[in-house]
Amino acid sequence: MSRLRLSLLCLSLATLSAAGCKKTQEAGAGQGLRIQDIGSDTMVNLAQAWAEAYAAVHPEVSVEVSGGGSGVGIAALINGTADIANASRQLEPAELERARQARREPIEHIVGFDGLAIYVHKNNPLEQISIEQLSQIYAENGKIDSWSELGVKVPGAKSDEIVRVSRQNNSGTYAYFREHVVGKKSDFKFGSLDMNGSKEVVELVGRTPGAIGYSGFGYATSAVKFLRVSKTKDGPGVLPSLQTVQDKSYPISRPMFMFTPPNPARHVTDYLSWITSGAGQKIVEATGYVPLSKG
Amino acid sequence: MEEDAIKVSPTSTELAEATPSGPEPPWRRRPLEAYAELALEWLIRLCGVSAILFVFGIFFFVFREGAGMLFGKLDLLRFLFTKEWYPTSLSNVRYGVLALIIGTGSVTVLAMAIAVPFGLGAAIFVSEFCSGRVKETLKIVIELLAAIPSVVWGFIGISVMNPLIQELFDASIGLNVLNGALLLALMSVPIMVSIGEDALKAVPDSHREAALALGSTRWQTIYRVLLPSAKNGLLAAVLLGVGRAVGETMAVLMATGHSLNIPRSVLDPVRTLTATIAAELGEASVGSDHYQVLFVIGILLFTITFFVNLAADLVVKGIKKQ
Repeated sequence: MSRLRLSLLCLSLATLSAAGCKKTQEAGAGQGLRIQDIGSDTMVNLAQAWAEAYAAVHPEVSVEVSGGGSGVGIAALINGTADIANASRQLEPAELERARQARREPIEHIVGFDGLAIYVHKNNPLEQISIEQLSQIYAENGKIDSWSELGVKVPGAKSDEIVRVSRQNNSGTYAYFREHVVGKKSDFKFGSLDMNGSKEVVELVGRTPGAIGYSGFGYATSAVKFLRVSKTKDGPGVLPSLQTVQDKSYPISRPMFMFTPPNPARHVTDYLSWITSGAGQKIVEATGYVPLSKG
Repeated sequence: MEEDAIKVSPTSTELAEATPSGPEPPWRRRPLEAYAELALEWLIRLCGVSAILFVFGIFFFVFREGAGMLFGKLDLLRFLFTKEWYPTSLSNVRYGVLALIIGTGSVTVLAMAIAVPFGLGAAIFVSEFCSGRVKETLKIVIELLAAIPSVVWGFIGISVMNPLIQELFDASIGLNVLNGALLLALMSVPIMVSIGEDALKAVPDSHREAALALGSTRWQTIYRVLLPSAKNGLLAAVLLGVGRAVGETMAVLMATGHSLNIPRSVLDPVRTLTATIAAELGEASVGSDHYQVLFVIGILLFTITFFVNLAADLVVKGIKKQ
């Protein structure tokens, strides 16, 4: 009896393993084209959506997406472990230097735009803010520390103090915000809450009545609202949206990049041209970012 | 030794049965057993030595990565005693970890202020007031508490404690010292309970009997007899809890607000040494100043936990001598 059972087990194991072999062979028949797509946390949702949609069109190519940050992606591209690096910023001089030394100077592709929205709690009566005011709130020697200085009182907030929500100091979003809002030569004010992701910023602002934060405008929830942003103190404020980012009337928006090595493989260039085509750009819009303007 | 022989013999008879040429003469079996024993002995020895190798390997690695800054550009006094931490500044790079040290310190101290009474109280309760099934159940549940991953604690900190603290303490932000300390307290209580309970169990029953015979109440027995004689073990339990609290990363990263700050009250957000490494190492380019300074923070943490563990160790040694 037990011998019979044993032989049955052996038989089933054998067929199983044979089937397993067959499967891997079939996968191998599609040449197993892989694209390693690493980088920006801002872009990780978008990159994932692209990869899934592309799998439906080109099942023979598998795109493997991972986050970690713009810097992680660029580093992976330079040392050859990534085929595409997603980045919400351009290369820093030091990175460019290392890429030159490794003879892997990346090629830049703009794949969409991201509007950086200014978030406050939904009960905050403030409607508009200027770049100058934002700088005074966030910069190291900035003068604005309380909501009353902006002329509002936030219902539900326990104190008048503005709770500044920011990003960790090596994120692409942090660098962009510093360069375009805080001031290139200055630093952030001491004591901001430095979150580790775009989503965390919006979540924290949603839970904290007295908070202000910056993050991609695709992350909006029902607990927060956008502020209109104006270039000058009395200028017209603009809400972030597809149109305002595309026609550049919204003042804090940035391009999103994908970098490839100097001589990318054929299936990588195919993937990139699909991304910049109509089908790929439709996904940009669906995930809350701004597609490249047509023409 | 005899027990060993009994355990070994069934396997050797099985071996003998398995070979088709009938039972082997005993003189042939012996070398095999001798070799097996020798191999096993070496394997166990290797396991023992490997722990030392790993510790020194890690220490060497952390030190090598940070040495360039530690003995080079870094001004140690400014590193330890200024609060400005701007490692990625374009205009004025400053490496000061005072705010981080105070962050770690404040969270740890508050966590211990909460955890020590609870942990030692629970240890006394489990060891002295429970018996049988209640004791077993309690011990299992407390050990279960230790098995909860720290990221889950962090999640609880963000989604449960955050609004609760805002509501109860009228705080403008719920991610703060108090939140992190409560989580750390919950995480270090199980360690304190199991070690503290062991320490109390080690007090001979004759002490308890003598105290009772003298007519002391239960409280007097605990306060006057048990606590003094188990004090070394209880101190070790507390110190190991401190070590856990200093080294914890994920939960404090999520629950303290991760904000460079010298806290003025327990309702201010802070940032800890460990959380800074976790948040920034991923994107610091390998070999850069920022990367090396993060490793110097690692060395600093290593030093802190080393001294805490050393203190715990010396205290435990003290018990054995008694």
